[in-house]
Amino acid sequence: MTNKKMTMPLVQCLSRVNGPQTLGRGLGFWIPFAAVLVIAFVFPMFSDDYTTGNVAYFFTWLFMAAGLCLMWGYSGTLSFGQTAFFGIGGYAYGILTINFGADNGITLYALGASILFGAIAAALLGYFLFYGRINGVFLGIVTLAVSILLERFMAQTAGPQWHIGQARLNGFNGMNGMPALTIPWPGGDIVLLAGPGFYYVVLCLLLFVYFGIRILVNSRWGNVLVAIRENPERAEMLGYDVRKFQLGAFVIGSALASLSGVLYTCWGQYITPSSMSLTSAALPIVWVAIGGRSDITASLVGAFLTLILFQTLTVNGAQYALIIMGVLLLVNVLTAPEGVVLQLLKVRFKIGRRK
Amino acid sequence: MDIGNALFGFLYQIGDAAAFLVLASTGLAVVFGMMGVINMAHGEFIMFGAYGTAMAVRAGLPLPAAIILGSLAAGVIGMIVERLVICRLYGRPLDTIVATWGISLIFSQGILILLGSSFPGVSTPFGSFTVGTYSYSWYRLVLMAAALLLLFALWFLVNRTQFGILARATIQVPHMAEALGVKTRTIYSLTFGLGAALAGLTGGLYAPTMTMVPTMGSTFILEAFVTVVVGGADIFIGTAPAAGVLGITKALFTSWQGQLTGQIALLVAVILVIRLLPKGLSGWMLKERT
Repeated sequence: MTNKKMTMPLVQCLSRVNGPQTLGRGLGFWIPFAAVLVIAFVFPMFSDDYTTGNVAYFFTWLFMAAGLCLMWGYSGTLSFGQTAFFGIGGYAYGILTINFGADNGITLYALGASILFGAIAAALLGYFLFYGRINGVFLGIVTLAVSILLERFMAQTAGPQWHIGQARLNGFNGMNGMPALTIPWPGGDIVLLAGPGFYYVVLCLLLFVYFGIRILVNSRWGNVLVAIRENPERAEMLGYDVRKFQLGAFVIGSALASLSGVLYTCWGQYITPSSMSLTSAALPIVWVAIGGRSDITASLVGAFLTLILFQTLTVNGAQYALIIMGVLLLVNVLTAPEGVVLQLLKVRFKIGRRK
Repeated sequence: MDIGNALFGFLYQIGDAAAFLVLASTGLAVVFGMMGVINMAHGEFIMFGAYGTAMAVRAGLPLPAAIILGSLAAGVIGMIVERLVICRLYGRPLDTIVATWGISLIFSQGILILLGSSFPGVSTPFGSFTVGTYSYSWYRLVLMAAALLLLFALWFLVNRTQFGILARATIQVPHMAEALGVKTRTIYSLTFGLGAALAGLTGGLYAPTMTMVPTMGSTFILEAFVTVVVGGADIFIGTAPAAGVLGITKALFTSWQGQLTGQIALLVAVILVIRLLPKGLSGWMLKERT
C-alpha cells in the first residue's frame, strides 16, 4: 500500500515527459530518439579521443542553451547576459579547486558549489529585475550590462594583488591550471580529462537536464510559465504571482549556464574574461533562435548543429565565421522566426499525424 | 584657492561623465523612445561615424565638417538597414533586438576584415589649459557644450517642428496617426536614420579622443544602455536627468576609486533605480505631474 503511494507520484512525474509543452511524443519520436542516443553512447568507441573530446566540448555549451530555452522560449523573458553566469560558474570552480585541490571528490563539491553560487547571483539580480517588474527589452539590457561589466572587471585583475587564496585571477589572460573533474574511486581516483570519460559524464548530465526540463515544462509549474509567456496580465488576474514564476525560470536557467561554465572550465582547464564578452553573449541567443526557442528538443538540436557549423567555419575561415553567424541570425529572424529546426520538426509531425 | 581648484576639477569630471552619457545614449534613446526598438548595432553606428570622420579628416576636410559627414554616413547606413531589415519586424521587439545583434556582428567583423584591426586616428585639437596644478583638455569642454547643444536641438526638433509633431503622434497612437494621413513608414524610417546619425555624431565627436578599432563602439554601449534604462520610455524628459544623476554617481566613484569602480557604481545605481522606479525617471516624473 505504502509502496504504491510512493511509486504513484514517480510514475505521474515520468509520464510528464510527454505533454502539451514539448514537441515529440509517441513511437515516431522516441524510436529516432533512442537511435540517436545509442549512436551518442557508442560514438567514442568508433572515434579517436580528440574527436570525442571535441564533441564533449559541444555538449558543455548545451546546458546554457537549455537554460536560455527555458527562460526565453517558455517564460518569455530574454536574458542577454547568460554568459555572466557562465563566467561566474567557471571562475568559482577554478578558485575553489585551485585552493582546495582535487582529492576526496572535492572537484565534485566544487561543481555543486559553483552552480549554487551562480544560482544565488541570479536570484539576487533577478529579485531586483522581476520584482521591479522589468519587462522584455530592459531585462535583456541590464543582464547584458552585468555580463560586460564582469568581463571588464575580470580583465583588469592582472596584477599579483588580485588573488583569492592561491588562485591568481590573471586579468585578460584568464585562469588556468585548475584540476579536472575527479571522481573518487576505490583503487585510484578517476580523472576526467577531455576524452571518453568526460564525454560520458557530460552526456549523462545532459540527458538528466533534458528529461528534467521536459518534465518541468509539462508540469503544472511549466504550464503556468507558458501562460505567463502568452499573456502576463491574464495569468496575474488568475491569481498567479508572475514575478515568482519568472524569477524561478531565471534562476534555473542561470544555474544551467553556470553548469556550462564549470564543465567548460573542466574541459580545457582554463577560463578567460572574454567568455563573458559582447560577442560571446550573442552566441547562445544565436543557437537557441536558430533551433527554435519554444521547444527544448529543437533548441538543443539547433544549438548542437550551430556549434558544429560555427567550429567548422572558424577552422576554415576564421574571420568570416562571425559574419556568417550574423547573417544566419538575420535570415533566421526574417524567414523562420520560430527557428529552423522547430519548423522542420513541426512539418515532420504534421505528416506523421495525417497518416 | 585650493578648494576652488578642487571644485573645478570635480565639476569638470561630472560634466565629462554626463556629456559622455548624453552623447552615448541619445541615438539609442531616440530609436527606443519612438519605436520601442533597442538597437544592438548602436555601437557599430558610433564606429561608422568615427571611421567616417577620420577618413574625411585624412581627405583634408576640417574637423567639424568631417564630423558632420561621418554622422550623415552613419545615418544613411541606418536608413538602409531600416529598409532592409527593421521594417519587417515592427511589433516584434525581441526579434528586432536579435536581428540588430546579427547586424552588429556583421558590421564589426566586416570592418575588421575590410580595414584591419586598427585605423589611423585623428589628433585631439585645441590643446589643454591648467587650473591649479592639474591640466584639462579644451576639447572635453567642447564635448560638454556639444552635449548640451544636442539636447536643446532634440527638444527643438520634437516640440517645434513638423517632423516632431508627426513623430509624437506616431508614438502615441500609431494607427490613429496613420488614419489621419501620417506616413508612419516614413516617420519610422527617418527616426531610425536620425538615431543612427546621432550615434555617428557621437563617434565623430569622440574620434579625436580614442583609438580607432572596429570594436570601439562597445566602449559606449554599456553607458548608453544604462542611461536609456534609467531615463525610461519618454526620452525627451528622461535622458538629460538620467545622464545628470548617473554622471554625478560615476564621477564621484571614479574620483574615489578609479574608472572601474565608477562603472560598477553606475550599474548598481541602475539596478536600484529600476527597483524603485520601474518606469525610469521619465515615468516617475510624468506620474508626479498628473
